[in-house]
Amino acid sequence: MSLIKQSGGFVPRDRDRHPDGLTPPYKTSVKRSPQAALLSFPSSISEETSPVFGHGLLGELGNDLIHNFAQAGQSAIGPRIIVHGRVMDESGRAVAGALVEFWQANAGGRYRHKKESYLAALDPNFGGCGRTITDENGNYEFRTVQPGPYPWPNGMNDWRPAHIHFSLFGTGFAQRLITQMYFEGDPHIALCPIVGTLKSQEAIDDLTAALDMNRTVPMDSRAYKFDMVLRGRRQTYFENRKEGL
Amino acid sequence: MAQKLNTLRESPSQTAGPYVHIGCVPNFSGIAIYGGDLGAVMKTGPVQGEEITIKGTVYDGMGTPLRDAMIEIWQPDAAGLFRSANETRGAADPNFTGWGRSPGDMVTGEFTFDTVKPGRVPWPDGRLQAPHITVWIVARGINIGLHTRIYFEDEDTANAEDPILTRIEHQNRIPTLLAKPEASGVYRFDIHLQGTQETVFFDM
Ligand SMILES: [Fe+3]
Repeated sequence: MSLIKQSGGFVPRDRDRHPDGLTPPYKTSVKRSPQAALLSFPSSISEETSPVFGHGLLGELGNDLIHNFAQAGQSAIGPRIIVHGRVMDESGRAVAGALVEFWQANAGGRYRHKKESYLAALDPNFGGCGRTITDENGNYEFRTVQPGPYPWPNGMNDWRPAHIHFSLFGTGFAQRLITQMYFEGDPHIALCPIVGTLKSQEAIDDLTAALDMNRTVPMDSRAYKFDMVLRGRRQTYFENRKEGL
Repeated sequence: MAQKLNTLRESPSQTAGPYVHIGCVPNFSGIAIYGGDLGAVMKTGPVQGEEITIKGTVYDGMGTPLRDAMIEIWQPDAAGLFRSANETRGAADPNFTGWGRSPGDMVTGEFTFDTVKPGRVPWPDGRLQAPHITVWIVARGINIGLHTRIYFEDEDTANAEDPILTRIEHQNRIPTLLAKPEASGVYRFDIHLQGTQETVFFDM
């Protein structure tokens, strides 16, 4: 009996799980969405491999947004939280050694970006980005301040719910994913046209982190748990080969 | 009712938004937390093979260049080997990462990758694919990252037998996947998100 082959091709992406390209209530999508059908084909080694990121690229404070941009002895302003979770694939296996990048607005809802025009104040001690690598069990965590909701030019009065952006690498480039984490209980979730690109309440719930009292640090930080799932591979010991080869 | 398969569902995608550069290329955004941006350099020393530069611009359906996109490429070295944990066919060029990430020029949006011409790699049935580079594009207004490939216009013979290029129903769209020689060692690969020149995007 041979072991299950762990590096099979990827199962097809479940497009029903993701937003369509064209979602008119999110206006920018109208002229940035392809109109032709996507070309389907089985994954090959080009999509089943992915770059390797060593721990050498992680600074000491890569996963501490409260301090990674702050002056010595200072810290970012806002509700202190820990965000943690596990990265798995669709088979439930841990994705170890995965690069996770995250970025967010400050506690007032302001990004540190030259194109940002919201009048909320910049925090001189908050940059708004970090990165980490999942451990052997697929776990990650970082420390930050809870971002604020912010207005954005779309409809006349659209506001984003508080959110953190995530970028994920897996073991194959086909798993590459960017998504957003929302916070349990935020009334803006139901009102946001970008959240509204999701096709089901289940999809929205799966991007909404729960308050996790078990991981809070008393008198220091609250905690939110946010698991993420990347595409899975076929698992088989039956190779697909032409007869006679 | 039958037993449950107990599979998980992939996390849904959400747009990278207007500030993807803060998270993925913070130095480019003026946030100097790390020594440099990941993917800015693909060659870490003398490399094997033909060194090339690929330039291009991402255009929306109105023909306007995107200046808030992020483009990533992934490719094998000149011998067709990937610098990846699950590359089992041999050791890739130690001075070539195979992975590049570009925010595009701040003013024009044009992206540039200094890389090498990729070697050929096998299709699942063993046939060789034409030399190609995997491309992934995210930006504000793009709800799920777009996959495509860069092939090379000067690889006629290999392109004619490539398992993917030969699968495309509208063969007149193949040129949207071809990088065109522009100068010595320089190729142009523009990406059109929609319209008559729409790039062929992949269900990957
Ligand atoms: Fe945002």
